[in-house]
Amino acid sequence: MKFGIIVFPGSNCDRDCFHVPNNILKQETAYLWHKDKDLKGVDCVIIPGGFSYGDYLRCGAIAKQSPIMKSVVQFANGGGLVLGICNGFQVLTEAGLLPGVLMRNSSLTFICKHVQLKVENNETSFTKKYKKDEIISVPIAHNDGNYYCDEVTLKRLEAKKQIVFRYHGENPNGAMANIAGIINERGNVLGMMPHPERVSEDILGAHDGLKLFESVIACHCEER
Amino acid sequence: MWSEQSSYKSSKIHLKKLPTTGAFVVQGPGENAGIIDIGDGLCVAFKMESHNHPSFIEPFQGAATGVGGILRDVFTMGARPIANLNSLRFGAADHPKTPHLLKGVVSGIAHYGNCFGVPTVGGEVYFDECYNGNILVNAFAAGIVKKEEIFKGFASGIGNPVIYIGSKTGRDGIHGATMASDVFGGGNEERRPTVQVGDPFTEKLLLEACLEAMKTGAIVGIQDMGAAGLTSSSFEMASRAGTGIEMDLDKVPLREEGMTPYEIMLSESQERMLAVVQKGRENEVLDILKKWDLDAEVVGIVTNDGHMRVRKGGEIVVDLPIAPLVHAAPVYERPIKRPAWQDKVQKLDLKKIMQVPVAPSPHPSPSRGEGEGGGAIYNSAFKKLISSPNIASKAWIYRQYDHMIGTDTVVLPGSDAAVLRIKGTNKGIALTVDCNSRWCYLDPYWGAAHAIAENARNLVASGATPRAVTDCLNFGNPERPEIMWQFEQACLGLSEACRQFETPIVSGNVSLYNETGKEAIYPTPVCAMVGVLEDVTKHATQFFKGEGDAIILLGENTDELGGSEYLKVIHNKVAGTPPVLDFAREKSLHKVTLTGIARGIIKSAHDVSVGGLAVALAECCLREGRNPVIGAAVEINANLRHDALLFGEAAARIIVSCSPKDADLLLTIAKSFGCPASVIGTSGGRNLKINDLIDIGLDEIYNLWIGGLLITDH
Repeated sequence: MKFGIIVFPGSNCDRDCFHVPNNILKQETAYLWHKDKDLKGVDCVIIPGGFSYGDYLRCGAIAKQSPIMKSVVQFANGGGLVLGICNGFQVLTEAGLLPGVLMRNSSLTFICKHVQLKVENNETSFTKKYKKDEIISVPIAHNDGNYYCDEVTLKRLEAKKQIVFRYHGENPNGAMANIAGIINERGNVLGMMPHPERVSEDILGAHDGLKLFESVIACHCEER
Repeated sequence: MWSEQSSYKSSKIHLKKLPTTGAFVVQGPGENAGIIDIGDGLCVAFKMESHNHPSFIEPFQGAATGVGGILRDVFTMGARPIANLNSLRFGAADHPKTPHLLKGVVSGIAHYGNCFGVPTVGGEVYFDECYNGNILVNAFAAGIVKKEEIFKGFASGIGNPVIYIGSKTGRDGIHGATMASDVFGGGNEERRPTVQVGDPFTEKLLLEACLEAMKTGAIVGIQDMGAAGLTSSSFEMASRAGTGIEMDLDKVPLREEGMTPYEIMLSESQERMLAVVQKGRENEVLDILKKWDLDAEVVGIVTNDGHMRVRKGGEIVVDLPIAPLVHAAPVYERPIKRPAWQDKVQKLDLKKIMQVPVAPSPHPSPSRGEGEGGGAIYNSAFKKLISSPNIASKAWIYRQYDHMIGTDTVVLPGSDAAVLRIKGTNKGIALTVDCNSRWCYLDPYWGAAHAIAENARNLVASGATPRAVTDCLNFGNPERPEIMWQFEQACLGLSEACRQFETPIVSGNVSLYNETGKEAIYPTPVCAMVGVLEDVTKHATQFFKGEGDAIILLGENTDELGGSEYLKVIHNKVAGTPPVLDFAREKSLHKVTLTGIARGIIKSAHDVSVGGLAVALAECCLREGRNPVIGAAVEINANLRHDALLFGEAAARIIVSCSPKDADLLLTIAKSFGCPASVIGTSGGRNLKINDLIDIGLDEIYNLWIGGLLITDH
């Protein structure tokens, strides 16, 4: 299958997100430039972490306006798989592909650390390889990961099992309902603050993130 | 250009004594960064630089632009930065300015490094009154470059165009270099406009654009615009190549109108580079820069007459010969005099040091806490030390730095050295930075030598072979003979230690005039060292790995207490001489540790330094955010003062742990290298217990240690 990694000016986890599918899982992987509209026929788009356009306005607010995001929205509306990690999650909420908003961490500081996540929904295209309620350790690294949405939205997210990952034990950033990652109703767009690409190799001490990429590949193969 | 910051006029004659060559050295001092060969066709480019004065005036931007500058130095050489370190010194923790400066500096470093996208993997932070009026912010960066793709700052090839790249030029930072070469005290703390403003986002674009442009093969030479901006970069590039440059300032992208040639030439606006490109290929390079939305203009041409000729509005505003200006920078042989007070501070009569804490303690109760055994006075002294700002956990700081981006960080902050894997190889590199400035104050020669020895021990404890050094020599006013004596002694000590460990100094920086009024900082020759792991899977961390492992002390305990944190924190005394440094002992210690780690016998390794054996053992037990922590029961037979045994900072010691069945083998290996070694205890339990002196529950130790750095605003 073919992965596409979006490169905005200021994306800085693009190379990390490229490394996992390309070098570890040996899948075809391409970079997608923000000024282009061509998704190069990829099967899954990854919007990586970083500071797109410097994040000098609200995080992700300018990235939403880029030519490539117009194509990503179309791709998502057609059922294509989209994964937004960290800044990518922020971009997805700004682009309206996911509900809610990511506010400044409650500590008002950048936080980089391993956190525990609970896999709340293992029936998505991104989480099939995990067990239901599995506790995994994945690092976060962000200024703005404090998820918020209105109560109606939260109830809907809960009811439709759209909360895929919740912080387990400690809530590092004040996120509502311990939300670390959510999926859209259709189940093809996932946004998450933690970085699965940082825990996908033994040498990095953990591979709890690798199953996410493997799940995507497994789903794609089943569809074929 | 002839400011201290740019010309090294006071330090040059002493810097010449430093060893700078070696089998692995690809680029020594004189370029933007030093470079060493690590095999597989790959090199590490690295350098450390100070941003002390700007950070005191405006901590956030001062520290941020310090990080930005050092990153540019590394990627100018063609290297992609893979790690940052920093070494920070603040005034006393209870000084009114300290919380503001600490918070500003840490968030400035975080802001720049996190946005640029390089992991900040380690560092050191110390608090001492001597930095009340002059904080130190030393930033280190390392990058990876293929040996055949190294770029240098040469303006070669007559007729080649000179291209200006990056942010527009504004009026910020004019005279930054001369400000950094002055003492504080005359009202110049108000020189805020001389501090530049950093934009890590533009720097990230600059990195990607420069690396992409370098790939075209059209770039002949490239250099970043640092201190003294366009002036220094153009003069240095032409000087290195023996050429001249003709520049038209009307072509320089400007942020504001009406800037004079003087302002344009001396602006220290950040995120700018100067490149020389093969004639006829300028559009290839300009197209890449435009793709990344960066300003880029051909501003000049390389000439053959050795002159710098600058035009503005059609008129020649500068016409100067380059070589005389660069090479004729004055070199001072400033007077040197050993301070009259040196003998006095070195005097320490241990008989007069009571083994009972005399200073007021935050844990005054001599009665025992719950579940607590051991001697009350040592428990109490230990608790005060483990919660003192210089020893307490630095997690509050490094949690604000992204230390994992790049997915290369194998050993995260909190252990002796950071370890990074090199993708596409089996190799790794280890990085560390260190300096005990109190020791340098008591004896600058041995204090500086210890900085190298401590760095080497940190690398070895991580499983890496020490390879090369970069330094930041932070001192007071060189016009005072006592300061120059400290400087000379430190250079001699560094030289000897670097020769002994075969770790040449390949790059560095000197920061003088770190004094306010007549109060100079302690001499602070901060050194960072790079080590190499041939097989990165064979690395170690300092943390005990399980219950029931044998704890072995490699090296010997002594009754040395001079210059220790214990004397300072418990007895409020800065006196004596640093511990003896025996290079032969250090080297045998290295061999045992590296062999034990490479053979997979050693499960954890931690060098004994600030706070001594008791603190080092606690640091093997504690791990920020991790529960359960693993305790230790230790029994040491030594005929020493109890406080020296627990808190003395004797060199050449590493605490390792191994499976009990491997203990004899490790002792045999140690013996074969002539390194003293003994089993001193067993890991496990929920207490740290040392002889009948210390016995404290780990939860209590953890809380003291993790909370010690919480400095509140005044």
